[in-house]
Amino acid sequence: MDINLALVLLLAPFLGFLANIFLGKSLGKNISGAIGTIAVVVSFAMSLFFFLQINQTGQPISIHLFDWIAISNFNIEFGFLLDQLSLLWLLFVTGIGSLIHLYSISYMHDDEKMHKFFAYLNLFVFFMITLVMGSNLLIMFIGWEGVGLCSYLLIGFWYKNQNYNDAAKKAFIMNRIGDLGFLVGIFIIGFMFNTLDFATLKATILAGNNLDAYWIAAAGLALFIGASGKSAQIPLYTWLPDAMAGPTPVSALIHAATMVTAGIFMITRLNFLFDLAPAIQDIIAVIGAITSLVAATIGLVQNDIKKVLAYSTVSQLGLMFLALGLGAYEIAVFHVITHAFFKACLFLGSGSVIHALHHEQDMRKMGGLRKAMPITFITMLISSLAISGIFPLSGFWSKDEILMTAYHQSPVLWVIGSLASILTAFYMFRLMYLTFFKEFRGSEEQKHHLHESPALLTFPLIVLAILAAIGGLISLPGHSWLNHYLEPLFSKAHEAHHLGTTEYMLMAIATVGALLGIGIAYAKYIKQAQVPEEDEKITGFSKVLYNKYYVDEVYEAIIVKPINLLSRFFRDYIETALASIVFGFGKAANELSFQGKKLQNGSIGFYLFAFVIGFCAIVSYLILAQKKF
Amino acid sequence: MDSVLNQIGIENYIFLSVALFCIGVFGVLYRRNAIIVFMSIEIMLNAVNLLFVAFSTYHQDAQGQVFVFFSMAVAAAEVAVGLAILVAIFRNLGSIDVANLKNLKG
Amino acid sequence: MSTVLIIFCILAAVTLASAFMTIFTKNPIHSAIYLVICFFSIAGHYLLFNAQFLALVHIIVYSGAIMILMLFTLMLMNLNKEDEVHKPRITRLGAVVSFLLIISVLIAIFIQTKPIVGPYDTTGEDYQSIKVLGQVLLDQDNGFMVAFEFASILLLVAMIGAVLLSKKEKSSK
Repeated sequence: MDINLALVLLLAPFLGFLANIFLGKSLGKNISGAIGTIAVVVSFAMSLFFFLQINQTGQPISIHLFDWIAISNFNIEFGFLLDQLSLLWLLFVTGIGSLIHLYSISYMHDDEKMHKFFAYLNLFVFFMITLVMGSNLLIMFIGWEGVGLCSYLLIGFWYKNQNYNDAAKKAFIMNRIGDLGFLVGIFIIGFMFNTLDFATLKATILAGNNLDAYWIAAAGLALFIGASGKSAQIPLYTWLPDAMAGPTPVSALIHAATMVTAGIFMITRLNFLFDLAPAIQDIIAVIGAITSLVAATIGLVQNDIKKVLAYSTVSQLGLMFLALGLGAYEIAVFHVITHAFFKACLFLGSGSVIHALHHEQDMRKMGGLRKAMPITFITMLISSLAISGIFPLSGFWSKDEILMTAYHQSPVLWVIGSLASILTAFYMFRLMYLTFFKEFRGSEEQKHHLHESPALLTFPLIVLAILAAIGGLISLPGHSWLNHYLEPLFSKAHEAHHLGTTEYMLMAIATVGALLGIGIAYAKYIKQAQVPEEDEKITGFSKVLYNKYYVDEVYEAIIVKPINLLSRFFRDYIETALASIVFGFGKAANELSFQGKKLQNGSIGFYLFAFVIGFCAIVSYLILAQKKF
Repeated sequence: MDSVLNQIGIENYIFLSVALFCIGVFGVLYRRNAIIVFMSIEIMLNAVNLLFVAFSTYHQDAQGQVFVFFSMAVAAAEVAVGLAILVAIFRNLGSIDVANLKNLKG
Repeated sequence: MSTVLIIFCILAAVTLASAFMTIFTKNPIHSAIYLVICFFSIAGHYLLFNAQFLALVHIIVYSGAIMILMLFTLMLMNLNKEDEVHKPRITRLGAVVSFLLIISVLIAIFIQTKPIVGPYDTTGEDYQSIKVLGQVLLDQDNGFMVAFEFASILLLVAMIGAVLLSKKEKSSK
C-alpha cells in the first residue's frame, strides 16, 4: 500500500512529463498545462497523506524496491525513505510546485512550446522528488543530477537568445563543479563505511567506533562543495543570477524555492556526519555569512527586477548555510520553508509585473504600478515585509532564529548576518518603491496596456502571500512545532532558545534594523524620488557593486582564460600529434590497399602462380611449426 | 603371390607421383594455351590416381581403386564442361590464350 | 635388379618424359599425342600392380574419351599451328621457380612424415579383381552407392552443360 502510494507520488510527475513531451503538442496548450498541473497536485496529495500519517506515528517509512548494485560486501539498494525531513521537503516542493504550475498555465500561454515547458517542469519535479526521497546517497545523486539537467533545460528554454544559452551553460558547468565535489564525497563515504544508505550510515556513525576524523572532514568538505554548487554559495554562486534568463515561473520554482535548497537538504540529511567535523561546520558558517553579505551588497544596485530577487535568494541561502554551519539544522529548514513561500511569491509577483509590461524587466522603466495592479502589489508587499523580517510575518521568525543562534555562538557572524538582513530590507523596498510607486516611467504604449494579471496568475500569489504571512507559526520561539517534528532526525538535541532579555533585545534590534533599511529606501526613492542612473554614469563603489565585484571577470581571467589557453595548446599541438598518428594508420592502410589493388590484375596465370606460392608457404609453415610430426 | 612393391618400394611411386604432379603444376604455370593447361591438369590428376593405386596395393585394400573411379568420373565431367567453356570463349574472343582472359579484374 | 624394377624404371621414365614433352612441345597436337603416351604408360603402372580393370578403364576414359575430346576441340579451333606466343620471361622464370619450390616442398613432406614402410606382407587374398571391386563399390553396408549415384548425376549434368555451353547462340546474336 505504502509502496504503491509512494510510487504514485514519485511517478505522477514523470507520467506528466511523458504525456507532455510526446503528446503535448497535439493535446493543445490548456490540456497540456492541466496535465502538468494535475500530475504535481497528485504528488502533493500523496505527500500530504504521508505527512499526516507520519505526523501521527512518527515512524519513518522506508521502501525497498530492489537491490541495485551488489559488489561483495558493498550493497546499494534502490529504495526510498519517507521520513520527517523528506516529507517536509516533498510538501513544499509539490505544494509550491502545484501553485507555480497553475501560474505557468497563464504565464506561458503565449509561448508556442508550452507543452515542452510543462514537460520540463514535470521532469524537474520528478527529479526533485527522487532527490528528496532517495534512501541512499546514490539515488539522491540521481535526483541531484536530474534537477541540474532540468535547470539547464529551463534556463535555456528560450534558446533562440544566445545570452540565455550561455547562462544555461554557465549554470550547468558551475553545477558540474559542485557535483564533482558531491561525487567525491559519496566515494569517500562509500570507502569509509561500505554503505551509502542513510539509516545505516547514521547507525554506524552514531556507534562511533574507529572513525577517522580526517576522512570525515574530507567527506564533509567535498559534500559541502557539492552543496555550495547547487545552492549557489561562494565561490560557485555566479550562475544563479544568470539563471534568471529562464521564464519567471522557473526562477520561482527552481532557482528560489526548491532546487537551490537541495544543498541544505543534503547537509541536513547528513547532519550526523557534519556534527563530527567542526572545522567544516565553521567553514560552512563563515562561507554562508560572507555569501549573504556579498550577495546582499550586490543586490543593492541591480536594476533588473529578477536580478535583485536572485541576489536576494543567494543572500538568504547564505543565511541558511550560516544556520547549518552553526549546527542549527532545524532553523535552516525553517528558513528554507518560509523563504520558499515569500521568495516564490516575490518571483511570481515580479513575473506578473513583467507579464503586464510585456517582458520589461528593468526597474528604471517601471513605477506607479500600485494602482494598476493592486493584487500583485499587496501580495508582493506582504512578501517583502516578510523577507525584511518585520514582525509578525514568517521571515521575522526564521531570520530571527538564525541571528539569535549566531549571536550565541559567534558575535561576528551575527554582525554580518544582521548587516545582510538590513541590506535585504533596503533592496527589497528599493524594488518595491521603484516598481510600484511614483509615476510610470515606461513607454506610452506600455502604459496604455497596464492591467492586473488574470486570476490564474494572482491566485498562486494570494496563496503564497498568505503562507508567507503565517508561515512563521510552525516554529514560534518557545513553542516550536517544527523542532519537535524534526527531532528524530538529529543526533544532538538542540536546546530551544531561552526567551530572555537578550533574545527580546535581539528581536528588537533585528526589527529596528529592518525598519532602518526600509526607511533609507523610503528616503532615497520616495522622498528624493531618485531613479537609478544609466549604466555608464555609475561611478565609485556602486560601480563595483553594479558589476558584481567583477567576480565574473575575475573568474574569466583566472579560470576560463588559462583553461582556454591550455585547450588551445592541446588543440594545436597534442591534438595535431595524435591526429597525425591516427591519420598515419589510415594513410598506411590506404597506401597498402592501393598497392594491394595492383595484385588484383585479372591475369589467371598470375593467380595460379600466387596460389602455388601460397600453398607452398602454408605447407612449409606446417612443416616448420610441427617439427615433431 | 608376391607383391610388386616388394621389389620396387612404395617410395619410388611416391617420388614418381610427386614428379608427375609437379610437371603438371609447371605446365599450368608455364603455358598460355588453355588446352595445354587442361592437359597439365589431367597430368596432375593422374599423378594422384597413381598414388592412390600404389597405396591401395600397399594396404591390400580395394577402396583406393574405387576412389580412382570417382576421380576419373569427375575428371571426365570436368574436361567435358571445361572444353565446352573453352569453345565458347574461343567463339567469343577468337583465342584461348589465358593471358587474354583478364576479365576477372574487378 | 629384378625384372619388375626394370620395367618400373622404364615405365617411369616414359611417363615423366612424355609428360614433360606434353608441356614443352609447341604444337598442341603433338602435346596431345605425348599425353596419350603418358596415359598409356600410367596404364602400364596399373598393370604392374595387377589392377587390370583399372588399367582398362583408364585407357578407355583418358586415352579414349578425354583425349579424343581434346583433339576434337583442337581440331575445331584449328590450333594445330605452332603460333603460341611465349609468356614473358619473368613469368617463365617464375614458373620454373615455383616448379622447383613445389617439388621440394612435396618431397619435404614425404621425408618429414617418415612413412613407416613395413614389410609388404601379402595375404594372398584377392582384393582387386573386378568382382571384389564391384562388391566394395556397391556393398550394401559399407559401399559407395550414394557417391556412385552422385557421380552418375554429375556426368549427366556435365553432359547437358557441355551441350548447352557449346551450342551456338543464334537467338542472342
